[in-house]
Amino acid sequence: MTNHVIILPLIVNLLFSIILMFFWRNINFQKLFSVIGNAIGLGVAIYVFTHVYQNGTQVVEAGNWEAPFGIVFVGDMLAATLVLLTAISGLAVSIFSSISVINARLRFGYFSVFQFLLLGLNGAFLTGDIFNLYVWFEIIIISSFVLISIGGEKNQLEGAVKYFALNFFASMIFLTALGVLYGLAGTLNMADLAGKVQSIENRTLVDVCAVLFLVGFGIKSAIFPLYFWLPASYHTPPSAVSAIFAGLLTKVGVYALIRVFSMIFEIDVFLQNLLIGLGILTIFSGGIGALTHTNIRKVFSYLIICHIGFMIGGLGLFTKVALTGVVFYLIHDIIVKTNLFLIAGVIYRIKATTNMNKIGGLYANYPKLSLLMAIPLFSLVGVPPLSGFWPKLSLILASFSEAQYWYFGALIFGSFITLFIIARLWSKAFWKDQPEFKRERKFIYFYELRPFQKLQFIMPIMLLTFVSLYIGFGANHIQELSVRIAEEITNKDLYIKAVLNP
Amino acid sequence: MELLLAIITGLLYAAGIYMIMRRSIVKLILGIVLLGNGVNLLIFLLGRITKGEPPIISDSDKILEGIFADPIPQALILTAIVISFGLQSFAIILVKRAYKVLKTDDLDQLNTTDEDS
Amino acid sequence: MKTIILKTASNYLLPVLLLFSVFILLRGHYLPGGGFVGGLVAAIAFVLDAFANGLQNTKQVLKIHPGFFMPVGLAIAFLSAISPILFADLPLMTGLWAHEPVPVLGKIGSALFFDTGVYLVVIGAALTIIFTISESA
Repeated sequence: MTNHVIILPLIVNLLFSIILMFFWRNINFQKLFSVIGNAIGLGVAIYVFTHVYQNGTQVVEAGNWEAPFGIVFVGDMLAATLVLLTAISGLAVSIFSSISVINARLRFGYFSVFQFLLLGLNGAFLTGDIFNLYVWFEIIIISSFVLISIGGEKNQLEGAVKYFALNFFASMIFLTALGVLYGLAGTLNMADLAGKVQSIENRTLVDVCAVLFLVGFGIKSAIFPLYFWLPASYHTPPSAVSAIFAGLLTKVGVYALIRVFSMIFEIDVFLQNLLIGLGILTIFSGGIGALTHTNIRKVFSYLIICHIGFMIGGLGLFTKVALTGVVFYLIHDIIVKTNLFLIAGVIYRIKATTNMNKIGGLYANYPKLSLLMAIPLFSLVGVPPLSGFWPKLSLILASFSEAQYWYFGALIFGSFITLFIIARLWSKAFWKDQPEFKRERKFIYFYELRPFQKLQFIMPIMLLTFVSLYIGFGANHIQELSVRIAEEITNKDLYIKAVLNP
Repeated sequence: MELLLAIITGLLYAAGIYMIMRRSIVKLILGIVLLGNGVNLLIFLLGRITKGEPPIISDSDKILEGIFADPIPQALILTAIVISFGLQSFAIILVKRAYKVLKTDDLDQLNTTDEDS
Repeated sequence: MKTIILKTASNYLLPVLLLFSVFILLRGHYLPGGGFVGGLVAAIAFVLDAFANGLQNTKQVLKIHPGFFMPVGLAIAFLSAISPILFADLPLMTGLWAHEPVPVLGKIGSALFFDTGVYLVVIGAALTIIFTISESA
């Protein structure tokens, strides 16, 4: 009996994107089926997660070709967790897009492409072959190009050009690195590479290759100094699209960095200093960038960059405690960042703008909604016992015990600046009185919506907030999970054994 | 042969990156195309060039015999070509749309996304 | 570019090229060829027709919107990819082969259906792209 469990998420995503393509013109059908598809996807992801949690790393050899020769799909704990988080964010965003994205955009096959994006993400997490990773990355970026440019407004197209140019360039660098790696090691299977790269004599070329991977994934995960495309493009598409981008697209870069630098390349002193240095600079540039802006979505874009720095620095430390923190932070960050952009979408629907200076009085008008929004905002800051607090604790402990005081300082700085920015946002958008309000014509405001439509706006936020609260209050479960994942990352023999001797 | 290919690969990379850094969007696309070709050539070169048979098993044999070319780089290049075919055609349509809406092909003029609104 | 030579030639070339594309598709499993190349040849056949007789005429020849080929092709490829899971309890995309060879086609396997799916997707995608570009020009 072969075990197909871990490829089920891919099959569900592909199946639903094909079904949605057949009903290209029927938007109401697409809305319904997209939500159903993502709900089934979530169910399957939970099943995959529990299966991997109970039975350990699962391997599927596509086409029944044996491991180092064929393409393998590997579901270890890290991959299964990320697939689960993708499914949660995917469900939330698909509910949110069915109401917030206008029909003129949905007519261009929005939901079908959205399923392809999720397919690419799941594939990237599950694959055990580095060239296959490239292919999934391309599926992700092609889908994201379509999603970011759908609608064709002025600043959207401009953002799309910038996003396209840098992401395509990143793919080319990734492909170059792949070519060099294949030339050196003669294999593409990650488990096989783990053993073979160690025995290559030409260490300089291996280092060059490692840095090429760092640059390629660095552009995708928006680390310093390669992040400029992110704040130029993430605020331009509809909020639902930015939400899925913010939650998952940069994180898949971080995932790839974790995978490549734990499996294939050893983190030596040079790489350690490089990663920690980049992490510190990313925290600083993201935090300071966020201070200078007043558009809420732009502020959140810079905060994405700032918090990527936490994870990159933690990866650089590469101790078990640090990796626990990184994984926990990844789990927390995917949910919270998706939620933040959904919140920005709701604020836009209420006020017709996302400029902090032009809005106010949210708390006075919508007290319950504001309290709901407060939870993810303060989870992001890391107010104990909400979800952002626990991973920072691990990261700070690790940086202290490794005597990386600069990184320690940057972590504190990043947390403070996040606190300051969120407090400023709270006081400006929620507590301040509404400044002069000009009612825009032809804009459907939030209070004009029917109750069911309001629910469609609020439900995804409630879902994600609930998950955030679980991560915060059930932190011992997540911590256990993160420790287990960190163990699997540091002890790569488990992965190699699962792939090469099934 | 290898030296020649290495030089051509380097030239394609240099030309591609130079074109990407120009201000015109059309040149950006040309640069992307050149860079893509450079990468494909690099993979081809790093897969070791052998003067041998193509890796196709003839009807009379069961396995490959003699010197044959490594099929994997070719498969990789084919995949990469297919992907870049899709990306480049998307890019051309995107740039055309962008030119129609923005009425400029100068990248320096593209700064509305940096304004704070 | 409506020259009489191209127009006359394309009337004969369209069926010949389409037949050739199917030939390339079918020989693809053990010899050079396959769904992608075959699909491109078929797409080129239609593009040549569009050059000679105009886009509207080609659309009438096609009858359905080329975009419709994509989901059909994807569905065929998808079904052939998961058929080993459904019927033989083997991993995704394992080749399943019929025991008896079929005349003309030779041995039939799930790989042929996968390639047919690719063929249709490539025709659909290439024609959609080219038609979109030439319509907005």
